[in-house]
Amino acid sequence: MSQLTEIVEQALAAIEGADNLKALDDLRVDYLGKKGQITDMMKMMGKLSPEEKPAFGQAVNQAKQQVQQTLSACIEGLKATELEAQLASEGIDVTLPGRRIDNGGLHPVTRTIERIEAFFGELGFVVKDGPEIEDDFHNFDALNISEHHPARADHDTFYFNPKVMLRTQTSGVQIRTMEHEKPPLRIISPGRVYRNDYDQTHTPMFHQVEGLFVAENVNFAELKGILHDFLRNFFEEDLEVRFRPSYFPFTEPSAEVDVMGKNGKWLEVLGCGMVHPNVLRSVGIDPERYSGFAFGMGVERLSMLRYGVNDLRSFFENDLRFLKQFK
Amino acid sequence: MKFSESWLREWVNPSVDRAALAHQITMAGLEVDGIEDVAGEFSGVIVGEVVECGQHPDADKLRVTKINVGGDELIDIVCGAPNCRLGLKVAVAMVGAVLPGNFKIKKAKLRGEPSFGMLCSYGELGIDIESDGILALPSDAPVGLDIREYLALDDAIIDVDLTANRADCLGMSGIAREVGVLNRQAVTTPIWEAVSATIDEAVTIDLQAPQACPRYLGRVINHVNVAAPTPLWMQEKLRRSGIRSIDPIVDITNYVLIEFGQPMHAFDKDKINGDIQVRLAKGDEKLTLLDGNEVTVPNDMLVIADQTQALALAGVFGGEYSGVSKQTQSIILESAFFAPLAILGKARRLGLHTDSSHRFERGVDPELQHKVMDRASRLVLDICGGEAGPVVEAKSAADLPKPVSILLRRSKLDRILGHHISDTDVEEILTRLGFSVAVQASSWQVITATYRFDMAIEEDLIEEVARIYGYNNIPNVAPVASLKMSDHNETDISLKRVRHLLVDRGFQEAITYSFVDPKQQALIHPDQDSMILPNPISVEMSAMRLSTMTGLLTAVGYNQSRQQNRVRLFETGLRFVPDENAESGVRQQAMLGAVIAGNQSDEHWTLESQTVDFFDLKGDLEAIIGLTGSDVDFSFRSATHSALHPGQCAEIIRGEQVVGIIGAVHPSLEKPFSLNGKTFIFELELDALLQSKLPLAQTVSKFPANRRDIAIVVDDEVTAGNVVKVIRKVGENQLVGLNLFDVYKGKGVESGKKSLAIALIFQDNTRTLVEKDIAEMVNSVVSALKSEFNASLRD
Repeated sequence: MSQLTEIVEQALAAIEGADNLKALDDLRVDYLGKKGQITDMMKMMGKLSPEEKPAFGQAVNQAKQQVQQTLSACIEGLKATELEAQLASEGIDVTLPGRRIDNGGLHPVTRTIERIEAFFGELGFVVKDGPEIEDDFHNFDALNISEHHPARADHDTFYFNPKVMLRTQTSGVQIRTMEHEKPPLRIISPGRVYRNDYDQTHTPMFHQVEGLFVAENVNFAELKGILHDFLRNFFEEDLEVRFRPSYFPFTEPSAEVDVMGKNGKWLEVLGCGMVHPNVLRSVGIDPERYSGFAFGMGVERLSMLRYGVNDLRSFFENDLRFLKQFK
Repeated sequence: MKFSESWLREWVNPSVDRAALAHQITMAGLEVDGIEDVAGEFSGVIVGEVVECGQHPDADKLRVTKINVGGDELIDIVCGAPNCRLGLKVAVAMVGAVLPGNFKIKKAKLRGEPSFGMLCSYGELGIDIESDGILALPSDAPVGLDIREYLALDDAIIDVDLTANRADCLGMSGIAREVGVLNRQAVTTPIWEAVSATIDEAVTIDLQAPQACPRYLGRVINHVNVAAPTPLWMQEKLRRSGIRSIDPIVDITNYVLIEFGQPMHAFDKDKINGDIQVRLAKGDEKLTLLDGNEVTVPNDMLVIADQTQALALAGVFGGEYSGVSKQTQSIILESAFFAPLAILGKARRLGLHTDSSHRFERGVDPELQHKVMDRASRLVLDICGGEAGPVVEAKSAADLPKPVSILLRRSKLDRILGHHISDTDVEEILTRLGFSVAVQASSWQVITATYRFDMAIEEDLIEEVARIYGYNNIPNVAPVASLKMSDHNETDISLKRVRHLLVDRGFQEAITYSFVDPKQQALIHPDQDSMILPNPISVEMSAMRLSTMTGLLTAVGYNQSRQQNRVRLFETGLRFVPDENAESGVRQQAMLGAVIAGNQSDEHWTLESQTVDFFDLKGDLEAIIGLTGSDVDFSFRSATHSALHPGQCAEIIRGEQVVGIIGAVHPSLEKPFSLNGKTFIFELELDALLQSKLPLAQTVSKFPANRRDIAIVVDDEVTAGNVVKVIRKVGENQLVGLNLFDVYKGKGVESGKKSLAIALIFQDNTRTLVEKDIAEMVNSVVSALKSEFNASLRD
């Protein structure tokens, strides 16, 4: 028995002294392996009397367990230390930039149009588009602007010939829609429009969004209501708004809408009015049964106010240093 | 229309200040564009008289004067103005006066001579009148009176931007009427002593075009003194209306124009031969206008003529020959009503737009001519003297516009406005506007005024009522609509989705002009005609684009010239392809264009910087195509395009149809577009893209998938696309995956050939595939490739 105690003591000391997994495994083989010292002790059982066997067996098993446990604990400890070392060596600088695809951005004009579409889309207005090279019927005649109407001269139209031109407004889309669809109608038509004018405050191409609502009993108070809501949403501010009587051949009554700017001056942002009965008639809608309102806004103007853009021309230079500010 | 505030207040003087008055006018629909003081801010300037005027002993250009300002002593002032002379009434800035710009007048010595003040020019008083010297006031100007008071300078010029419908406000009378209505105040019309004929001499009018000119008045005034000075009050009123004083006759007609909005004309009577004809121009008639330009008058234009020749473009411009000059002794005054349609658009064809044509084309009150003739005659007699003959009128009553009678229904008024305005208000507004109103049960029969050419239908009256009532007094109401759901198609891909995908892949959206430089465009599309604008902003903006490429490449060059080398841009918009069969002779097609240049990514600490190539852009394009869920419908075919590299260019095909092009920009375009290195571009018809496939779910196989890699050797000319197509066809149902993962040329592969490594993934829905099945399928793929492309398996 004392031999067993001695072996265990030796084994435990050796295990404590081991500093790597290989040494520990060697010790395991040495003591617990098939030919290990403790295993060998078990083999001595055969020489013992039946009375001695149980006690001896128990003692050897205990010894075996004790060595096994110590061995396992040491292995665990060593493994943990090794992992720790490995992790320590794998540290990175988390502040270095990741591999990303830089986000691009929408043009501010598109961004503004998308916002406007969202506001009106929520109210059931459907987006419609149409040709940019228009005929005089859709751009003028159907909008109650007859051939010699002074308003035609005010439009600075780019003509290809007297019948064909670049559209001066997206209102032609309203006509095209009403030619095919019957009330109730709620549409908005964003798009490029063209006027022959180029200076600090005019570019020969710009964008408009026009809206049209035709149904029974559509009225001016509602036009005011919807545009108030729109402007409050667009600027996310309760700006002072005024409706000023104006004149468009295709609406009657007509109004221009001004908002109070930060500089204390009124800024015109919208034109609107009740659809002129001649316009409704030109597309076969009975003005005695239906009424409608229409409004139109300049997208660049609204974008300039919203995002603090000072120079209208910067919208069409496509300078990345300008565009990248709109993420 | 510019006018002076004090002149307006002579007509109607509401107790509101300048700003409030301007606001009222604006809110009635006559937008005030600007308010400008008629003079600078100054004080201490009074009327004086030059009572001594001698040469300065030491300076040629200076004069030493003594000025009487009404006090006990004369004041010594040294003056350099060439028009300073004895007896002149002048504007004297006294010592202590403060002139515009906070310029203080102090005692001074000029070359040794004492000077106790300054004689002022208009400029020095901040008055916008060009003159060579100091103010030369009329001889009856009261000495000692403050010049601000004498010239009524505490006044402002109000500039109203009138809309095309409000011709009635192109005169003081109309503006005053509006202000009267807004303030519920009566308007005071000027009063003058009527002019009756003192001589018998009368003009004979031959009215040949009664439709174009339903009323023509003429009157002879003999022995007028055209050298008489225009009175200062008139000069000042004209100046404050933006009109320069010329001679008394022109000034009088201009004055009446501003006062009542009626254009008039004066002829030199002695230049006129016989009857005055009002007729259409004869073919190719020539006329030299007052400004010296000769025009050939189209034969649909109205002229005033005598027996010999055309004298004036009726309602547009006077002629030089018959115009009033310094030699004029006697005049014929014209006051006419020309119908808007006779003038509209016609003057503009000759490049003419005058105060007169502006008013006639919008509509002048047809009932105004007699009154204005009398007014002008009175002013001529008062200012220039003379003897007036009788007023001769030629008119065609049938052609004169009649007052319009319109029924205004209470129900319609309420329905259009969505707000109830009381009967009293409605009636008062319409009456004050000068309309006659007959009250009926639940409606009004309204006869509008002859000066309101914009009144034709019920809605016009509704606007009048709402406008005067105040748009801002109508409440804001949320619209009511039926909640009818609109139609939605799940398989529609919105343009928005495409744009956002590109943005997420690092593209910046561009918007370029739809008209481009035809020369630049010809480099890209050399054999294609484009729509050309006859009157462009500039030649560089004159051709409608045939693709987005010209604009996008220009934008790349623009940015690269500004140190922005890595460029990723896209644009959506129409291209304009001339096409006789299309509406308006042009096919207007929505396109998506994208361009990349520079490095694949921004510099990064783990990535080697690499410039972009064809497959970078193709990857972006494939991502967009992926939105359709039917990638297999799309294919690429090697192609040529004048703007693109012949070996790196492909047509984009959907089904059988070519829907776009992608490639490397041809090196020859790099210089003209200022491109810095390799640039890749694609353009695609949006219609080909915006339709996707509704997903149809398939059962996921429970059995394992098997991968086999093969490497085949084919001729260089064989395209990967075709190889893949053949494999797909052979593989049918069990080939669930196919991936071309390597392309190799070089050692080990015969020259002129290439090796393609392809992974084939097989799987069946009903059973586990055994080795034999798989081997058979691989074999059938290989043999198909062999027969199709003469491919061999690589060892």
